[in-house]
Amino acid sequence: MKGPILTANFQKQFPGGPKIVAKDLRIGGGITVLFGASGSGKTTILRCLAGLERPQMGTIAFGQESWFDSARKVFQPPKKRRVGFVVQDYGLFPHLSVARNVSYGLQELPAAERASRVTEILRWLGVEDFEHRLPSELSGGQQQRVALARAVACRPKLLLLDEPFAALDLPTRSRLRGELRQLLRQLGIPTILVTHDRLEALALGDEVVVLHDGLNVQHGVVHEVFNRPVSLAVAEIAAVETIQPGRVLSTQDGLATVAVGEVRLVALAVNLPPETSDVYVCIRAEDVSLMRVEKLESSPRNRLAATVRAVAREGPLVRVSLDCGFPLTALLTESGRAELALCEGTEVLVLIKAPQVHLIPFQR
Amino acid sequence: MSSAEWQLVGFSLRVAVASLLLLLPPGLALAWWLARKEWRGKALVETLVSLPLVLPPVVTGLVLLQLFGRRRPVGGWLHSAFHYDVVFTWRAVVLALTTMSLPLFVRAARTAFEEVDVKFEQLARTLGAGEWRVFFTITLPLAKRGVLAGTLLAFARALGEFGATIMVAGNIPGRTTTLSVAIYQAVENGEDAHAWALAGVSAVIAFAAVFVSEQLQRRHR
Repeated sequence: MKGPILTANFQKQFPGGPKIVAKDLRIGGGITVLFGASGSGKTTILRCLAGLERPQMGTIAFGQESWFDSARKVFQPPKKRRVGFVVQDYGLFPHLSVARNVSYGLQELPAAERASRVTEILRWLGVEDFEHRLPSELSGGQQQRVALARAVACRPKLLLLDEPFAALDLPTRSRLRGELRQLLRQLGIPTILVTHDRLEALALGDEVVVLHDGLNVQHGVVHEVFNRPVSLAVAEIAAVETIQPGRVLSTQDGLATVAVGEVRLVALAVNLPPETSDVYVCIRAEDVSLMRVEKLESSPRNRLAATVRAVAREGPLVRVSLDCGFPLTALLTESGRAELALCEGTEVLVLIKAPQVHLIPFQR
Repeated sequence: MSSAEWQLVGFSLRVAVASLLLLLPPGLALAWWLARKEWRGKALVETLVSLPLVLPPVVTGLVLLQLFGRRRPVGGWLHSAFHYDVVFTWRAVVLALTTMSLPLFVRAARTAFEEVDVKFEQLARTLGAGEWRVFFTITLPLAKRGVLAGTLLAFARALGEFGATIMVAGNIPGRTTTLSVAIYQAVENGEDAHAWALAGVSAVIAFAAVFVSEQLQRRHR
């Protein structure tokens, strides 16, 4: 997608609440995830974009349209913005049937076209059998689909989804994640999705905007942001398993040697400002490999002797807590764990590729 | 029952229904306004609306008499502009009943509106609905039970009203006498059997009103 579709730069503060700031937010096509802990201002930003809240100051522009401009006293009400909005618990009108919920936004269409549009969209979402049911007679997953149908029926220019999985149980959630991505891809409507769940962000997002304390702090391609957080706060929000303070000893040929306690690690130093000394060393658990015997490797790898401190099952995966001079977490499959016969006290060799050791300059 | 008694019952029902029709539009608007909007002087309006609930009804009647009498501000204007007289006519009965029932209705409807999650109204707006459509397709249907209960309360109040009615409409048999006033009159005159007959009719109407409203609510649940 060329250029931003939506640009936003505003401040919103509720009486007695924290200040929420969207700073130079530029949203393109595809699916953008607003990611942050609860209370970080995700929903407030979404509601400001929909026109349900009016920021104190700033601007919101969609393409050539000005939706909000405090200086010029422009405020387009939600009715004029025509944004598809899906709230956490879907907000289906409880007194209207599925069909009447979906056709609610199609007032301007002739009746015949309205009916055919409703049938078409319900069929596309696989919920055409429930046309005459009330929302209370649907499962959570079906409600989610009807809410999506209602939001996109009038072909909005922008789709906003607030925690679309929050109201679902865990198994349904993981099943529907992939389906929702498919549906959103097929729709091709620029979408902004709010979540605090890393898996959802990874599964659904093309890009992610990380919010911290009411401010957007990092924006980029999802994997890039999660693997290369720009600050300690983002690393923590992105739940990087191992974050340790370290010191850069030397930099050569784009590689930095870092001391973490007594341990020396080699890391990629491409984006590291020169003269950086104190850093946070971030290592994702899935990037840590474990072996029982040493093999010869030519790539610049970090090899560390480590002791297993704890082994915990996490669904299909196993989380291994290690001590390699500093606490380190690794994530293996159950078969990988069995092969290595890992248990508490096992001595292993840890391998981490240099590009997977991410350094964040210390900020005061 | 005599034809005079039937006439009395018919008249009481007609004025009660007329007062309901008269109070519904302003009552709904006021209830919505109080439930959804913040404005300066809201507390004052709230107090004014509730005043007839706590004032002695005869005082409310007295105030209405002072306003709508033929030589008084509102009544004088109505008389000179439209040759329209209010006090001591059936119109005064409707006026008294409306004034006395409005607070009950507004309180019930306001609570009902406040219980409707604004989320639904906001979603309707994102779907392109204007404020009237939001009110009639979302807010009112979702508040239906409370509004219906308020209507019933207002109707019951209108049927039983005495103090304000007698002040502003008097007791003119066949013209302004309502069931309640007639019962009082019958007891005054020592016609106990007549009083009991009318009281029985009141009870039947009250029962029917509650029953019908229960059925309505059940059907639309």
